[in-house]
Amino acid sequence: MDLDPVLLARLQFAFTIIFHIIFPSFTIGLSAFIATLLIRWIATGREHLHRLARFWTKIFAVSFAMGVVSGIVLSYQLGTNWSRFSVAVGNVIGPLIGYEVLMAFFLEATFLGVMLFGWKRVPPWLHMFSAVAVAVGTATSAFWILSANSWMQTPAGYELRDGIAYPLDWLEVIFNPSFPYRLTHMLSAAYLTTSLVVLSVGARYLLAGRFLEEGRTMMRMGVGMLALLTPIQLFIGDQHGLNTLEHQPMKIAAVEGHWDGSEPGALVLFAWPDAKAETNRFEIAIPKLGSLIVTHDPEGLFPGLLSVPPDDRPPIVPVFFAFRAMVGVGVLMLAAGWVGAFLWWRGLLFDSRWYLQPLAWGWWLGFVAVISGWIVTETGRQPWVAYGILRTADATSPVPSGSIVATLILFVLVYGIVFAMGIYYINRLIHRGPEGRAVEAPERGIPTRPLSTVVEAEREILSPQR
Amino acid sequence: MEWYLPVIWAALIGTAVALYVVLDGFDLGVGILFPFARDERERDQMMDSIAPFWDGNETWLVLGGAGLFVVFPRAYAIIMPAFYLPVIVMLLALVFRGVSFEFRAVANTSKKYWNFAFAAGSTLAAFCQGVILAGLIQGIKVEDGAFAGGTFDWARPFAILCGLGVVAGYGLLGATWLVLKTEGVVAERARRHAKELLVAVLVFMAGVSLWTPLAFPRIAARWFTAPNIYVLWLVPLVTAVVAVMAWRWLDARREVLPFLASIALFLLGYLGLAISTFPYLVPPTLTVWEAAAAPASQIFLLLGTIFLLPIILGYYGFIYWLFHGKVREGEGYH
Repeated sequence: MDLDPVLLARLQFAFTIIFHIIFPSFTIGLSAFIATLLIRWIATGREHLHRLARFWTKIFAVSFAMGVVSGIVLSYQLGTNWSRFSVAVGNVIGPLIGYEVLMAFFLEATFLGVMLFGWKRVPPWLHMFSAVAVAVGTATSAFWILSANSWMQTPAGYELRDGIAYPLDWLEVIFNPSFPYRLTHMLSAAYLTTSLVVLSVGARYLLAGRFLEEGRTMMRMGVGMLALLTPIQLFIGDQHGLNTLEHQPMKIAAVEGHWDGSEPGALVLFAWPDAKAETNRFEIAIPKLGSLIVTHDPEGLFPGLLSVPPDDRPPIVPVFFAFRAMVGVGVLMLAAGWVGAFLWWRGLLFDSRWYLQPLAWGWWLGFVAVISGWIVTETGRQPWVAYGILRTADATSPVPSGSIVATLILFVLVYGIVFAMGIYYINRLIHRGPEGRAVEAPERGIPTRPLSTVVEAEREILSPQR
Repeated sequence: MEWYLPVIWAALIGTAVALYVVLDGFDLGVGILFPFARDERERDQMMDSIAPFWDGNETWLVLGGAGLFVVFPRAYAIIMPAFYLPVIVMLLALVFRGVSFEFRAVANTSKKYWNFAFAAGSTLAAFCQGVILAGLIQGIKVEDGAFAGGTFDWARPFAILCGLGVVAGYGLLGATWLVLKTEGVVAERARRHAKELLVAVLVFMAGVSLWTPLAFPRIAARWFTAPNIYVLWLVPLVTAVVAVMAWRWLDARREVLPFLASIALFLLGYLGLAISTFPYLVPPTLTVWEAAAAPASQIFLLLGTIFLLPIILGYYGFIYWLFHGKVREGEGYH
């Protein structure tokens, strides 16, 4: 086969990692949401908070399972697809991943078991503690994996000998220049993504006139999070951009569609960047606004794509468009949060159908922003896999194209089925709603599966004699 | 220090892999025995017996992969491309069986497909692990520190022997786990399966023990030369004793001891393989010292491991204590 093995390996990895990031960005936020619900429940004793926590725990279980199995794949794909990468930088980023497993994965897996199956086996405080432990575990996992990823973007605290990176200072490795920005940006993205899903489900119930008490709580918590966290997220994103300009100027040039660095950059609202002709087609742009945003000075100069040879430029089209998709969603979230906060203040939040209706359909927008953001940062890092250390083309495994194509097709098929069914089942759980019958764990023995409520409810409908 | 570090790490990662094999072994084994259940009630019982544990058990697989990547990056970089297809097929099989836990519970008409996905995924994952093991024993073609063999180098008769052996072994662990955790028809059937699988496991262990010294002179030399042989003859002897005891405990309707005996059998087989291959990580070219990461990286992670491993084992003690006792028939979601 003549297909380029580097491109195929990248396609396969892009597919599996995009599939994977959907679930952590949901479960990081959802675990924190469930822990918050349980803390509020213990503090106030209001029963509907407990119902809500149980309801979201079932959805969490499905999402977490998909996140776990797709994550195991990644820990091996680094070797199957990028074996030379592991030799070149394994000394430095390997331990970070090791710490992720030791500090986060075991914590999550254990207390998830308690969270899912321990409703009747442990006292409420221990159950709440388990939910907090899972939330802390997911955030800890994000800490280490984002540290490793940030090191690939902005390597620090190492020296290079014979093409292999050796650690010099672990604190510099872990807290490398882009890490604080990336960590806060991603964590708040995960919390925002989940908030929008919660808000959307709340809106769905209010529109349908079902589970009103639960729906209102979800609306209030979702609107509050969006209204407060979205502006903070925009600020973090801006700071992250300044940091990227300092360390990876070509990523910013691709984001801005900025070719000629000798003039202040325009804010390109729309264009089709043409890498061959080295210009933007169909451009609609506001002069100097790009420089104002990127350098905080309308006359500020920043490097253009033409300043490096074509081989050193990242693919421009995906970075350019993904960035606009991410910012577009951010603006929509800000609007949803502030309009919602205004309606809340006027006492209209639960009755404004024009506001609830689009929200009920918009649950997926946060995921678009997360995936787009990752496309910007990962594609924008190209042609490097570890910036300035190792080119992606030099990082591949000695594996023939045929194997990669075959497994890529398998991944697409398997993940397609799993994803479609996962969404279908989660939707079914949401449709059933938080009422159902509580999961009654037996006094002894292994209790029921978390999803059993649905089955129970359906069986009761089908065969009332039971 | 530079000599000891890789040995300490080889022992730690070896322990992680052994824990993985035993822990995920029993829950994969329950999946392997899944097709023998006659109705959904029995299947619920089997699945409920492992539901709170499987995720934690599979985390050891992540630790094995990540540990290899961290401490022995050169071995990781050779092993993964060499077993590209079996590794990825194994991972996809694990995806199917992992989501089956949740999907099966919520499915109505499609439940039978997730039953199949759970059983087939568990069996295929176990078989692929045996194939990878066989490939490692046989050795990998390496040039200039990189994998230099073909896509299907692992596909030999010995791989099938090991693949079936691991399926039988996990089946034994699963059957004795069900004896321990379930009651009624499921437990009775598991007791019968456990005996059959015990015989099968012994046959496969004998097969591998005969095949490897005959096919690989380095393994014959390790076992059958003085002074090694004065000590090593104990390994097959203890194995035989444990197997006989397992059979008798099953006959005596003991519940905990057969499970512990099958764990012991696994660890003995594992010990035998370790004796055959140490100090090679990638036989016959790469030793643990040659494959190791920079000492600074090994020390950095070792410091954390010393603190975190006892905590992790504490989690395990807690969750197995919390969910102790039998799953009873009809206790599922009916």
